[in-house]
Amino acid sequence: MSKIHQDIEKALACVKDGHTLMVGGFGLIGAPLTLIDGLTKKEVTELTVISNNLGEIGKGLGELLRQKKIKKAVGSYFTSNREVGDYYQKGEIELELLPQGTLSESMRAGGAGIGGYYTKTGVGTELAKGKEEREINGIKYIFEPAIRADVALIRAWKADTLGNLVYYKTARNFNPLMATAADVVIVEVDEIVEPGELSPEVIVTPHLFVDGIIKAKKILTKEGVIDYE
Amino acid sequence: MSEKNQIQDLIAKRAAKELTGPCVVNLGIGIPTLVAKYIEDENVYFHTENGLLGVTDVEEGQIDPNLVNAGKLPVGETIGASFFNSAESFAMIRGGHVDVAILGVLQVDQSGQIANWAVPGKNIMGVGGAMDLLVGAKKVIVTTTHTSKDGKSKLLKKCHFPITSTRSVDMIITELAVFEVEEGKLNLLELMPGITIEEVRDKTEADFIDQLKERAK
Repeated sequence: MSKIHQDIEKALACVKDGHTLMVGGFGLIGAPLTLIDGLTKKEVTELTVISNNLGEIGKGLGELLRQKKIKKAVGSYFTSNREVGDYYQKGEIELELLPQGTLSESMRAGGAGIGGYYTKTGVGTELAKGKEEREINGIKYIFEPAIRADVALIRAWKADTLGNLVYYKTARNFNPLMATAADVVIVEVDEIVEPGELSPEVIVTPHLFVDGIIKAKKILTKEGVIDYE
Repeated sequence: MSEKNQIQDLIAKRAAKELTGPCVVNLGIGIPTLVAKYIEDENVYFHTENGLLGVTDVEEGQIDPNLVNAGKLPVGETIGASFFNSAESFAMIRGGHVDVAILGVLQVDQSGQIANWAVPGKNIMGVGGAMDLLVGAKKVIVTTTHTSKDGKSKLLKKCHFPITSTRSVDMIITELAVFEVEEGKLNLLELMPGITIEEVRDKTEADFIDQLKERAK
């Protein structure tokens, strides 16, 4: 069965009310802008979104925030969208803040079948409150559980029709990790090529991680996000 | 150039003297980012936590929206650069593979602990990679203005904002002076050009040992 979707509604049919989603990107860089745009047009509610940021004001995941479709956000840096603070103050969103290294490592663990791990990051700070502390070889660590999602929406540069992926520059960021840590993984790409066109040496995400592929219709340019056919 | 920019450049230029290759350096947002322009040593490699080793400047015409640093500012890639995912990037940081981190702070205290991610009473909204860099970088250098906008010392007896880590930083560079942290104490190492010890004492709440005087003995 082909993994390639022609229309966005079908690609997003796997997203249901109350789901936990991982959404790739560092701000708008490497974010699946076409899939996020699709979510803004889909009737869906009570989402938990795991993403480094919630986009920018009114852009990317910032638009989903305005539609009040996000119940909870898990990330490392919400400051890049000032509206997140306003919604939080009004009690309209729950937030969970994790150090960026913990956020990414927890995804890695989630994707690798690891239940959790101990890290030095955060020990003795407010972000360690309520977390188990353990001393290993004389050094203090805190326990961090792995994280997984129902669906991951990610962005890559090229996919072959099997679902092998390569990424572009710093648009890679969290995307390959999220590809491993969700039950269903949908990727949007600039280009879809035939198997064999991507060298096995350069493939970053092997196809077994990928369930659906769609061609990007929204891209980030120097002038901002534009529609692209 | 405005007075603010001059101060920032002065601090960045002094911090640049601390970097001799071969070394891998992570630069924070703000004054730390300026440090790169004073480095000519091609064996100083800049790392950014969003997934690039080999950060360099980019000319206006060459800007690529998908090539940015941790502050989401456009950057370039050096010859020999590499891209990697976020977990690998933080494995470099947490695993002790980054030699130096240069960071800005809201406050730093006389034991060398810093606060740079949250202000009490305001929403705690962002930590990014600050806590990871503090536990992982071999050497941590703070670059900061000596006082906040309202004229209060940023070098305190004790941080009252939430700390970033229990680990102490190694060096503090301001527009007035350079301090080193040793065994939980601040040592004044240098005065910046034209600055007197009286001025530093006047603007510093933290206790420090005047190494200049000790050395003169």
